[in-house]
Amino acid sequence: MSDSTASSPPAAPYVPSHSELFFAFVRITLSGFGGTLVWTRRMFVEEKKWMTAEEFNDAYALCQFLPGPNIVNLTSIFGSRMRGATGAFACWSGFLILPFTFMVVLGTLYAKYGDVDMLRRILGGVAAAASGLLIATAAKMAAPVFHRFGPAPFVLLATAVAIGVMRWPLLWVMVVMVPASIALAVWVRR
Amino acid sequence: MKADGDILATLALQFTIMALLALGGATAVVPEIHRQAVELRGWMTERQFADMFAIAQAFPGPNVMIVTLVGYHVAGLAGAVVTTLAMCGPTALLAGVLARTWDRFKDAPWRQVVQAALVPISVGLVAASAIVLSQVAIRNWVAGVIVAVTAAVAYWTRWNPLWLLGLAGAAGFAGLV
Repeated sequence: MSDSTASSPPAAPYVPSHSELFFAFVRITLSGFGGTLVWTRRMFVEEKKWMTAEEFNDAYALCQFLPGPNIVNLTSIFGSRMRGATGAFACWSGFLILPFTFMVVLGTLYAKYGDVDMLRRILGGVAAAASGLLIATAAKMAAPVFHRFGPAPFVLLATAVAIGVMRWPLLWVMVVMVPASIALAVWVRR
Repeated sequence: MKADGDILATLALQFTIMALLALGGATAVVPEIHRQAVELRGWMTERQFADMFAIAQAFPGPNVMIVTLVGYHVAGLAGAVVTTLAMCGPTALLAGVLARTWDRFKDAPWRQVVQAALVPISVGLVAASAIVLSQVAIRNWVAGVIVAVTAAVAYWTRWNPLWLLGLAGAAGFAGLV
């Protein structure tokens, strides 16, 4: 906040340093209840003004297009745009360092106390609620897909049944579904 | 030692493949983690898997961190490092490289076609995760009620999910689940 060394005029685009990028993402993970995307946008677009709203949307669109954990990919894209490869690493590591440490601590505690009856019961309740939340998320995401005619609803159902009910390997399902879905999308467009 | 190296190599390979197939983010690979860790290799029980998902959801941080818990459970700290790097490294590298060339394809028609084709697959994967996790989590009728009520409340209201997780944890604590 009180960075007096860089009092540049707002006209020149300010490029944050590596340590600024690193600690920006550490801070985002600290406030990470309720999803890190919200906090990332807030810091980069509203607070620090390192990106415009359009630039942010564009970076996010690229993330959704790519495989892998979206928000982790987003850190790499930001860093790369700001400071190249080393900037990408600064953002990526800043984002992962605390959650990783946290999970290792929780993993240690779980290994030690996971069989304690009280903890089992609590986790049993939380697991049920967590899967309920996921059902709601899936339903919300599926709604716009079903509001349209075309192959998309069938592709959605086929994927859900193949993985969720038949329990087929992800690799083979994707090898079939991705080209099939692209072919259908091209065919519908014509 | 040899067995440890084998396990780490298996973790690295399987989680890298999963990351590259994870259209729609970390949630998309939950069924595959379950298939590999519980059904195929017996690294953990159904219950431990459900516990890890619950822990990853209930604490702050991105939900991809379930892979760290799984890695830690299977092979300790080294396992946690391997699964986290395999899941978060290669695709982030790809993203960083593409970040600079992406703008060129912004309005390309093929990009819109591919995007339209991938959305239903990624949503289908999230739905599959919901199916697998519900089957694991529903151990008795009370758990079934919690799943149904949470799903309904989260779908029709804008309550903070943390309240729902907390209430369900309290119900479990009270011995209901």
